Amino acid sequence: MERLEKLENRSVHILREAYSEFKQLCMLWSIGKDSTVLLWLARKAFFGHVPIPLVHIDTGHKIPEMIAYRDRLAREWKLDMIFGQNRPALERKETFPDGRASRLECCKTLKTDALADTINGTGPRYRMDHDTGKYQLDKDPEPFTGVIVGVRADEEGSRSKERYFSARNKRNSWEVAEQPPEFWDQYKTDFAPGTHVRIHPLLDWTELDIWEYIEKEGIPVIDLYFDRGKGTRHRSLGCAPCTNPINSTAGTIAEVIEELKTGKLANIAERSGRAQDLEDGGGLEELRKNGYM
Amino acid sequence: MKKIKEDMNIVIVGHVDHGKSTIIGRLLADTGSLPDGKLAQVREKCRRNARPFEYAFLLDALKEEQAQGITIDSARCFFKSNRRRYLIIDAPGHIEFVRNMVTGAARADAALLVIDADEGIKENSRRHGYLLSLLGIGRIIVLVNKMDLVDYSESSFKKIMVEYRAYLKKIGVQPVSFIPVSGLTGDNIIRRSKIINWFKGKPLLASLDDLPASGSQATKPFRMPVQGIYKFTREGDDRRIIAGTVASGRVKIGDEVIFYPSGKKSAVASIEAFNAKPMRFATAGQATGFTLKEQIYVVRGEVAALAGEKKPQTASRFKAEVFWLGKAPLVKNRTYSLKIGTAKVNASLETVVRVMDADSLKVSRKDHLDRHDVAECVIRTEKAVALDPAGEITETGRFVIVDDYEISGGGIIRETLADEQRDVREKVILRNYKWEKGSISAEIRAERYGQKPILVMITGNKDVGKKAIARALEKKLFDDGKMFYFLGIGNVLYGVDADIKGKINEERREHLRRMAEISNIMIDAGVILIVTAIDLTRDDLELINTVISPDRIKVVWVGKGIDNKMAADLHLPQGRPADKGAGQIVDMLRKQGVIFQP
Repeated sequence: MERLEKLENRSVHILREAYSEFKQLCMLWSIGKDSTVLLWLARKAFFGHVPIPLVHIDTGHKIPEMIAYRDRLAREWKLDMIFGQNRPALERKETFPDGRASRLECCKTLKTDALADTINGTGPRYRMDHDTGKYQLDKDPEPFTGVIVGVRADEEGSRSKERYFSARNKRNSWEVAEQPPEFWDQYKTDFAPGTHVRIHPLLDWTELDIWEYIEKEGIPVIDLYFDRGKGTRHRSLGCAPCTNPINSTAGTIAEVIEELKTGKLANIAERSGRAQDLEDGGGLEELRKNGYM
Repeated sequence: MKKIKEDMNIVIVGHVDHGKSTIIGRLLADTGSLPDGKLAQVREKCRRNARPFEYAFLLDALKEEQAQGITIDSARCFFKSNRRRYLIIDAPGHIEFVRNMVTGAARADAALLVIDADEGIKENSRRHGYLLSLLGIGRIIVLVNKMDLVDYSESSFKKIMVEYRAYLKKIGVQPVSFIPVSGLTGDNIIRRSKIINWFKGKPLLASLDDLPASGSQATKPFRMPVQGIYKFTREGDDRRIIAGTVASGRVKIGDEVIFYPSGKKSAVASIEAFNAKPMRFATAGQATGFTLKEQIYVVRGEVAALAGEKKPQTASRFKAEVFWLGKAPLVKNRTYSLKIGTAKVNASLETVVRVMDADSLKVSRKDHLDRHDVAECVIRTEKAVALDPAGEITETGRFVIVDDYEISGGGIIRETLADEQRDVREKVILRNYKWEKGSISAEIRAERYGQKPILVMITGNKDVGKKAIARALEKKLFDDGKMFYFLGIGNVLYGVDADIKGKINEERREHLRRMAEISNIMIDAGVILIVTAIDLTRDDLELINTVISPDRIKVVWVGKGIDNKMAADLHLPQGRPADKGAGQIVDMLRKQGVIFQP
């Protein structure tokens, strides 16, 4: 079996396990290439359908094309689309772009806190109404006990320590050292009340695998990943104020694959355009311990 | 360059200082799999520190870089041949070895076991070989390393080969090959050694390339643990798809499939996939799904097999080799959760047959398993599961044990053992196989009647008002327009049971079996069946569950004296008005979607 086929089969198996074992299940969709591949794999797993609600944490500072792309696919693929947002923080302007928070504080408030509140149901959830195409506030949101996330082990150091099924305690935090072993396609699907499990079907995929799969399957990805004549493109997507493009003239999927294969980017971290990773204070691993994706 | 699309995971094990890292370093360097300049960089670092260069340093340098200052528990590094890409799973550590090995190496397709030609076989040479066999990694290449230290002597190599081969034979392992190598000089790693000219076999890399890809499970009998039954009617899709990952063998359109442990059968109508060309068959390793010609009721956890191929066994007792990783020991008289394939059942430790010392293969006696113990045990499950001895089909012959929400151990099944329900179970499997279906499906019936068929078993001590509750329940269901039937014990006893009536105590099991078979027919007719019974025990319920699918039974216990091991769906206190009790039952049925508005 070819590598991409193997990866696809394993991810589909994991998605189906999650769907069977978790009653309150959701999938995080950041609009980026990885979680869009994940969304595609869900359609593979469920034969064209996506029976799992998709959650997007909208920081209010996303690149505008991202939101348009999100809503277009949500309508076309009939997705159960939910977004969560830390509105009080946005209203008080406690954000990095407004100058009242550092980059890391801003990430914590607008992403980590918003995510935790959206998952446990204490924060607002806005759900797409497919009749009107508008978002409606969800009444009585129940906590999600299983959260599917598109992280990859090769993306960044702390993510390489993940399991496919990884427990998070009540405060959403992650005990790295005490993780149970995972073997024989059996996963941690039992969890204590009040805790939740993060599920990572893409753990074994590399950046190159993702692009090769996008090409093979013809998955629609957002245009921001390609050079549109300025000699730059995004390699990793986030909020507008903290996401910088890289120098590259790759304008198509094939050219992105070619660029990755030549090793031109071998010594540059994938998330190098994400300014919050470069801040003092532990960067992504610290953020992740506290519940960041 | 040719595009390499195939991956193989290999694990490297062996006693400490027998040269694992040197061999990995060699493989990385000599296959040109290191990042540009890495080799020169490490050589330069050695020169500056006045240390002789060692290939082992390459691995450390690479790990350091990958880990970015944090330790990772299985390093992901790889080397390439012309045939495929090999991912090396490193299984470090000593005390935690079992845990690391299980996490990393359980995913290996093959193993390299390194033995120092000079030092010879050590305790970890044996222990690691034993663990590999336990994890089902049968493909082992034994590398007799450091041949340069013994003047490339054939007799040293042969002595180790004979002794270690004998050990492996005792634990049931047939190694792929023994190769005399030197990590230090590179002899027989990538290139054939000129000095070791007495050795006629292939060098390491060629031997690895000769291993068939891990798809060899395709030639075994077909097994697919059912992950789910999908139907997305609301989105205008009428397909009812049985989804799962093929564990072994292959299935094609038109094949007759049988599901175990229920024994129900149908035929494959189509193989389904999204955004793919139409397929005629699905094979081992594929996450797939198929539709059936005749709709039958199957559930997650059953195993699909093919008629005409060797069938899986169904059992609730089996002998297995178990390794334990939990913080708390594995003890008797405690209920654990056991996961095999997609089935999840309650299970307990019946006996510890013997605890094995991997080094001496000596056995000792113990009545529990501590962390890192490996032992032969008898495991008992509450419900029968479909399985194969691991020697026949690996994927369906192994399980994990969950204790306190965590996967705490695993095991491979050696053989199934007799249990009380076996005779009944075999009758049921045959009955399901022979079952003739009417033309109206259960789903259509349920839709029409506004109810799912079910057996409501009202039990408890004598004279607690079970019958009165049953009567009140009848009235409520009747007023609600439901299809139901009250089955009195006497109705069965003097008719169907006429031949065994006088011996009802010794024939209690047969009586229960017949009553359950009648219930099964009534359930197939779409009816809600109400039965009262005095003091139903857990064993009785187990037998009934063997005959009727467990999710078709609701147990209502009235009053005190409940068998504390029995899970009742509803517990009603004694002395409450019958009408109120019946109301509670109706509420439960409504809540669980058993009765609804059509």
